Amino acid sequence: MSTTEVLISELVEKHGRTRNSLMPILQGIVQQEKFLSEDAMVSVARELNISAADVFGTASFYTFLDTVPRGKNVIRVCKTISCHMKNKDEIIRALENALKIKVGETTHDKEYTLLTANCLGWCHKGPVMLINDEVYPELTPESALKIVNEHMHSK
Amino acid sequence: MSKYMVNLKINNMPVSVEEGTTILEAARQLNFKIPTLCNHPDLTVAGNCRVCVVEVKGARQLSAACATPVSEGMEVFTNSEQVRTSRKHIIELLLSEHNSDCTKCQKNGSCELQSLAFEYRVGDHVLMSLLKPEDLIPDISSPSIVKDNSKCIHCQRCVRTCAELQGVSALGVAFKGNHQSISTFLNKPLNEVVCTNCGQCINRCPTGALTERNNIEDVWNALYDPNKFVVVQTAPAVRIALGEELGLEPGHRVTGKMVASLRKIGFNKVLDTDFSADLTIMEEGFELLNRLRKVLVEKDETVKLPMMTSCSPGWIKFIEHIFPNLNDHLSTCKSPQQMFGAVAKTYYADKVNVKAQDMVVVSIMPCTAKKFECDRPEMRSSGFKDVDYVLTTRELGLMIRQAGIDFASLEPEGYDSILGESTGAAVIFGATGGVMEAALRTAYEVVTGREVPFTNLDIKPVRGMEGVKEASIKIKNVKPEFAHLEGVELNVAVAHGLANARKVMESVQNGTSNYHFIEIMACPGGCLGGGGQPIPTSKEIRDKRAEAIYEEDLNMPIRKSHENPDVVAIYEEFLGEPNGHKSHDLLHTHYKVRNRY
Repeated sequence: MSTTEVLISELVEKHGRTRNSLMPILQGIVQQEKFLSEDAMVSVARELNISAADVFGTASFYTFLDTVPRGKNVIRVCKTISCHMKNKDEIIRALENALKIKVGETTHDKEYTLLTANCLGWCHKGPVMLINDEVYPELTPESALKIVNEHMHSK
Repeated sequence: MSKYMVNLKINNMPVSVEEGTTILEAARQLNFKIPTLCNHPDLTVAGNCRVCVVEVKGARQLSAACATPVSEGMEVFTNSEQVRTSRKHIIELLLSEHNSDCTKCQKNGSCELQSLAFEYRVGDHVLMSLLKPEDLIPDISSPSIVKDNSKCIHCQRCVRTCAELQGVSALGVAFKGNHQSISTFLNKPLNEVVCTNCGQCINRCPTGALTERNNIEDVWNALYDPNKFVVVQTAPAVRIALGEELGLEPGHRVTGKMVASLRKIGFNKVLDTDFSADLTIMEEGFELLNRLRKVLVEKDETVKLPMMTSCSPGWIKFIEHIFPNLNDHLSTCKSPQQMFGAVAKTYYADKVNVKAQDMVVVSIMPCTAKKFECDRPEMRSSGFKDVDYVLTTRELGLMIRQAGIDFASLEPEGYDSILGESTGAAVIFGATGGVMEAALRTAYEVVTGREVPFTNLDIKPVRGMEGVKEASIKIKNVKPEFAHLEGVELNVAVAHGLANARKVMESVQNGTSNYHFIEIMACPGGCLGGGGQPIPTSKEIRDKRAEAIYEEDLNMPIRKSHENPDVVAIYEEFLGEPNGHKSHDLLHTHYKVRNRY
């Protein structure tokens, strides 16, 4: 059994095989592997006795259930209107320059992926970004770079 | 338990309906037609297309008539200014995402969206086209089904068909909002996923987003080629449905007119798949008897019971994907279409003195999966592709129109001989339970020397539209060579629609069933409800087609497969005996293990 299959059988053990265990299982895989591979989706479909198209349908509906490979850390900059009016473009440009990648891409060392996200619900403190599950509000290009820099050296 | 009656008014006319009735159904009782797109009588309610919106007095917004149950004192308006304006706007919104190249579309003239656009006289494009360039390239990977996302209005009839009727879910809803699409797993081509090619989605798609792969031009080219000898075979379920394609009501038997039109189109010989259906019964019946002997007497553990029928190529691909561990339960018999092809290019080619390489075999089928089946690499026993082209009932209807034939005024004609002779047992292959009934008529008589103990040979327990039917027949007073079957209660099951097939397969897998023989047809109602049959389809239409099939059976002079003179002759002259060496070379096949997802 591959590590993914082991992970899935553990998740199935924990959450069960009913249709409504699909979400927590997919979230569990993304937490570990950062994305849902084709093999992972097929294994989940087999375990839950549902079709792979249904698994893909659920996975593709939710932005946070990625179906393409992502880096170990995912940075998501809010792109919705309040953050846009607070210059989210500058934040993105600063991060793109610092990480040497464009939005949607992953650094060469597979450490960081840069994405945009729809409203994160922090409109009063925009612009905001997420690094993994952590929210960073009221950014400036400088503070954003500082935060990412600290994140890089915190490990 | 009797239901409460609910009183309401629709367009100021009072009506009283059972509780739970939708506004749409109540309006129908008063003969008010409310347009629908996502709604379909065979499927659950979705309420996503919104064209059925109506005004309900007191409600803040318009309601979808298909998804709103009636309530006491309700006042509904189906044609108010607000309703009409909104409905027209909804149609325009649907069209803004739709590739309206109607004149080039396969569904031109039979598209539900097109008729609505016509009815509501939508004007010049008031809305910007939101058609996605990536959707403009249709998926033509499947030999049976073409999927064109640029025509899709996301009504999800196909998704519900694939899930609810077929239990396959090869198609699902992927992504969200304006990115939403009807997609296979990872948007893979249809020929790489679990799609069984049954075509039920085509029968229910309101637009041209799902259509069959069209082979009409291939067939015309063969007919125009002076060096080709083109024979055509017609499946049992085509003769009771073709009329619908040509303006007749459902339930018309048009066998003779169909034969006449095929001859007019220019086929060298018009032959009958019913002949090879009878041949299938001989092969499959004897295979069952052999399996029973091997299991009951010889205790041979490599031989599997229950045996399952193998006529339906959608069902075959389903089991190869979903239950490949049960492949050994499948009868090794090819389907009647493929038996016909194999015999046509060997035995028959000799008879008519035509070289097999000069012969083109065309099938008229109620089925889209048959297009896939004839392409299978196993189906080349004659040394050539046994069946060259498959046309659906719908494609034949179109060919008849292209040929300028006035179908209604045609005088009925008979099939050519040989391979044109058939029996009532073969005709009923077209209805769910028919193969079972035909097999029992023959097998029982082979074993006991007597006719099956049912009035008029009608084995009623295996007829009808119940999803899974069961029956058992006690075998008594057998011939000496079948002594091992004396007193055996033969248990059979019949399922149609792959969602029902899945239930039966699960019972076989868990060992909770005690069947000896199972008939499965991929499509609801059997072949008469096939994915290549005229559109629309509903339970009422399928019931009428079934009635016509059993009428056809009752009117046949011969009603048992083993009495078909062409079948008797082919065993005497060519095949030897059922399940013999030559049969195995030509008429039997093997199965694959396919990817589960």
